[in-house]
Amino acid sequence: MYDFELIRPASLAEAIAALEDEEAQAWGGGQTLIPTLKARIAMPSALVCLSGLSEIVGICDGDDGRVCIGGATTHAQIAREATRFPALAALAGQIGDAAVRTRGTIGGSVANNDPSACYPAAVLACGADVCTPERTIAADDFFVGLFETALAPGEIITEVRFPVPTRAAYVKFEQPASRFALVAVFVADFDGDVRVAVTGASGDGVFRWREAEAALSRDFSPEALDGLSVDADGMLSDPHGAADYRAHLIGVMTRRAVQNARA
Amino acid sequence: MTMLTLNINGEDKTAQVEGRTLLVDFLRDGGLTGTHVGCETSQCGACTVHMNGAPVKACSVFALEAEGAQITTIEGMAVPDGEDAGLSALQAAFKEHHGLQCGFCTPGMIMSAAALLKEVAKPDEAQIRSHLEGNICRCTGYHNIVKAIMAASGQDVSGIAAE
Repeated sequence: MYDFELIRPASLAEAIAALEDEEAQAWGGGQTLIPTLKARIAMPSALVCLSGLSEIVGICDGDDGRVCIGGATTHAQIAREATRFPALAALAGQIGDAAVRTRGTIGGSVANNDPSACYPAAVLACGADVCTPERTIAADDFFVGLFETALAPGEIITEVRFPVPTRAAYVKFEQPASRFALVAVFVADFDGDVRVAVTGASGDGVFRWREAEAALSRDFSPEALDGLSVDADGMLSDPHGAADYRAHLIGVMTRRAVQNARA
Repeated sequence: MTMLTLNINGEDKTAQVEGRTLLVDFLRDGGLTGTHVGCETSQCGACTVHMNGAPVKACSVFALEAEGAQITTIEGMAVPDGEDAGLSALQAAFKEHHGLQCGFCTPGMIMSAAALLKEVAKPDEAQIRSHLEGNICRCTGYHNIVKAIMAASGQDVSGIAAE
C-alpha cells in the first residue's frame, strides 16, 4: 500500500468537511477498498472513515412505509435486522462471507457499483432512493455504468430508502471462489407492478430487464417468461462465464426468483 | 506515525502505527503470532479474529479502526488458569476429531467457528459449511473441521464416518 492519511471523523459534518479535499476518498467497511489499496490500484492521499458513524448506521421505518437503511450499516446488521424486508435481509446474508459481512456496508457497496455486487440489484428493482447530505437520487438515475454512479466526488450515501414490495426474491448464481454474483436477479412485485434488476451480467453494470417486467406485470409466473431471452451482446465474458452463458442464466435466475417470491 | 492502544484479549497493547498499518500486523508485531497471514487479500480467513465479538479478517481492517473495540485472537481462546484451565471446548474438539493437519488455517477456523457458535448454539452441517465459506484449508481437511464444530456444540458425531 502507498502511504496515506487515515481520517476518522467524529461526526457526519466532520466527514463532509474532510471530503472537501479533492484527494480525499470516503470509505465504508473497506472490504473492497483495502484489497484495492494493497494492489496499488488506488492511491488516495487521505481516506475518510465512514464506518461506525452513528448518524448513518441503523435501520428504521420511514413515514411512507419504506425501510430506511443508514449508509454505514453493515451487511451483518441488515441480514439480522431488516426483518420487515426478508428478501433484502436474505440478500445481505449471502454477501461474501461472515467476516466480510461484519465490516462491509451498504453505502460502500452501492457507491462502488461493482458490476457483480448484490445490493445494486435490490436498489434498482425496488426503485429505492439513494440519499446524500445534498439530495435524493432515484435508483433509475443512480447507476450510471461500470463502477460509476451519479454521486459527485466526496458525496456520501447517508441512507438508502427501500419501498417494500408485496413480494420479492433475490436469486444469485455465485461465482464459487469470490461469492460475487456470476449472474443474480432481484424480482420485486408491487401489487402487480413488477420490476426486475439484473447484476453480474452486463458490462454496463446493473440493469432492468424491461421485457420481463412487462410479462411478469401481466402474469407473475415463471411461465410468463417463456420465449423471452436477453441478447448476449454487451454481457460480461470471463473465464467464469461466457457472454451467452450469462445471458442464458438471466432467464434461469429470473424464473427461480419469481418462483421463490410466489412461495 | 501515531501511538495506538488496542484492547486485545482483555489487555491493552500500545504501539506506533501508520494509517495503513493493518490490524493483523499490529497483532503479529506485538508478539501475538497465532493470527496467521495466508493470502493477505481477505480470501483465506487464516487471519480471522473477533472485533467486539464478531468475526473480521485482520488483514482487511486497519489497526486504527479497531481503537475502542474488544479484540479477541486465538491466544484469547484457551483458559489460562482456574478450574477450566486448558483448551476451550472448541479447541479440544479440533484436537480430538483431528480437525487440523498442517494447522495453518486452524486459528482462523477456530475464530470463525466460535463466532458461529455464539449465534447458533447447535448448527447443522450445512450451516457450518456455509459459515466457513471465508476460511480455506489447503490440506482440504474440511470433514473433520465440520465434525469438530458439531462435537464442540454438544452434538452426536459418532455416526459421521471419516471420509
